[in-house]
Amino acid sequence: MKLTGAQILIKTLKAEGVDTIFGYPGGSVLDIYDELYRSDINHILVRHEQGAAHAADGYARTSGKVGVCLVTSGPGATNTVTGIATAYADSIPMVILTGQVPTPFIGSDAFQEADIMGITRPCTKHNFLVRKIEDLSKTIREAFSIARSGRPGPVLVDLPKDVIQAQLEEDKTIAAKPKSEDGGKSPDREALKQALEMIVKSKKPVILTGGGIILGNASEDLQKFVKKVKVPVASTLMGIGGFPGTDPLWLGMTGMHGTYYANMAISNCDLLITLGTRFSDRITGKIANFASKANLIQIDIDAASINKNVLVDIPIESDCKTALVHLNKLLDENGFAIPGEEREKWIDQLGQWKAHAPLSYCNSEKIKPQCVIETLYNLTEGEAIITTEVGQNQMWAAQFYHFDHPNTFLSPGGLGTMGYGLPAAIGAQIAFPEKTVVDIAGDGSIQMNIQELATAVNYKLPVKIVILYNGYLGMLRKWQELFYGKRYSHSYIRNSPDFVKLAEAYGALGLRATRPEEIEPTLKKGLESPLPAVMDFHVEPEENVFPMVKPGTPLVETIINSEELR
Amino acid sequence: MGEKDRTLTLLVDNKPDVLARIAGTFSGRGFNIENISANITLNPDITKIIIVTTGDRATVTKIRNQIKKIVDVRNVSYLKTKKSVQREMILAKINFTEDNREKILAAIEEMECRVVNQEADAFIVEATGKKDEIDRILLHFQSLGMEDFTRSGKIAL
Repeated sequence: MKLTGAQILIKTLKAEGVDTIFGYPGGSVLDIYDELYRSDINHILVRHEQGAAHAADGYARTSGKVGVCLVTSGPGATNTVTGIATAYADSIPMVILTGQVPTPFIGSDAFQEADIMGITRPCTKHNFLVRKIEDLSKTIREAFSIARSGRPGPVLVDLPKDVIQAQLEEDKTIAAKPKSEDGGKSPDREALKQALEMIVKSKKPVILTGGGIILGNASEDLQKFVKKVKVPVASTLMGIGGFPGTDPLWLGMTGMHGTYYANMAISNCDLLITLGTRFSDRITGKIANFASKANLIQIDIDAASINKNVLVDIPIESDCKTALVHLNKLLDENGFAIPGEEREKWIDQLGQWKAHAPLSYCNSEKIKPQCVIETLYNLTEGEAIITTEVGQNQMWAAQFYHFDHPNTFLSPGGLGTMGYGLPAAIGAQIAFPEKTVVDIAGDGSIQMNIQELATAVNYKLPVKIVILYNGYLGMLRKWQELFYGKRYSHSYIRNSPDFVKLAEAYGALGLRATRPEEIEPTLKKGLESPLPAVMDFHVEPEENVFPMVKPGTPLVETIINSEELR
Repeated sequence: MGEKDRTLTLLVDNKPDVLARIAGTFSGRGFNIENISANITLNPDITKIIIVTTGDRATVTKIRNQIKKIVDVRNVSYLKTKKSVQREMILAKINFTEDNREKILAAIEEMECRVVNQEADAFIVEATGKKDEIDRILLHFQSLGMEDFTRSGKIAL
């Protein structure tokens, strides 16, 4: 018996354990959709292909599985590019299946043809064009293997229509998993020992976690390690959730909008141990002054990320989990003594910095966005999955929702993508139907993928959307206020729709709050509803995110509040 | 160590877009390709690519680490200048007249280059050598009234 390319594709996906695909049909993928019609794979029909990519990303970030999306050729494929680039920047494992015009037409400017291979080469971990049916199953297997191995990332597979329609004898079709899937390089034992000696002897150490802690599933091992060595933990945006936000040794986020005490800790420490972070410019501030008093130990799975932006003293190429398991074992085997008194002094000093400038805001007659997030935190008991967009909504969510668990804070950290939050929330809700999933958005960003509200309603996904409505592209407005003489060039977005009516038009619940006392009842009502709910909070329009490190200045010059700017 | 030419030897899968991936990684990350040559190896599945780039040691290490991440790239190594033989090649077109023909021929011979084609009023001359030799030959050819030339990337073993 013979199988078509479409049948081989679905069979291989099943063999990979794929049970959910986010997609949108089109001419070049009709054969695949015809096969899906007969398959038990759960296909989520989005309303825009960018939504499919972000939803697959959200699904991957929460479940740890490879997210899969399927779109047609040409515009279908190009619409996924922002979603792919977002996943690439944050190392999220995804497989993107794109239709393509038949192989004889490739390069002829055929209808709905785009060179998606060329377009996505710089924003995928790898991409494939399947030129013959014999290669199809093997290529799909390789795509999944590449997506999840090493430093994960998105892999695109371009599927010409004639390959999908071709036929092949059944016994030749389904390839086995590639053998070479690497489980991470074994870390250099000597370097680990050396690192441990430094950690144990250090008087003022800090750990800095990045997204690698979460991608590497190393959260528990980190907690064990921290318990033993008593080193405070700061994190990048991407590492949030990797260490409990309620632990006394937690310093919070560092960097441009990091806490004062995390930034002071990094600026004054004598040893910085980094786990799965690439030292982005948003983290380091002025790079010459970054952790300038410290020895640096960098643990990262990606050799190319080591010594890339910051030169380190001990580079260790390893996934975070393997390194931490080794470190914990070394500690258990060898015994150790940390310099108790000096370490106490350091932790005491951090406490003083924290007391000097805790994360805070001033209540007023208007709704404070931070208060909305704090109330959300209390009502959900810190157990919700939170997605964000980019900008103020993202920073306040990172600051005021104290994440205790990995894989619960989904944010487009690297690329900074408006329109990420809602489709990502849909993907997360599909992965965890029983959990509360909330997109914290602004009135600007929510309009970038608002159409996915139809997807949520269609699949009865009770995702919650908190809009921090200030009438501005808030983060830009703030930069214009501080650095561009208050010339608010096109950051004031007039005539937004009535979000309550809009929600209702989609078949979702729409709620609005304009006064502080309405925050809690509005959130309660929205969270309790079985429907997708849009909660429109009209907040203080000119509230700014603090603390803040001006671009090009060192972390030690962290500005605590607006008073300091006057 | 400061900025200088450094040579990387890549062994890559012989696939249609592998050169685009490599060139894209260089341009996307702001690195420079001074010259490049690519050709077959004894194994038909593998292509050897030799790239000359500029930068200090740390920069070239960064380039190497990024190139190593490309799935189709099997191996990247530095070419050790002292332990390898390196050659570039040029073909040059030098015009002549009845008056200066002999003088130009003598100069070509003196430089140990080879006339590979002779037209009514021009020689096509072939030269191979190390980079600085080729640079020197080109300067000399220019003084002889060279009209055009083509230069290969570096090959090395």
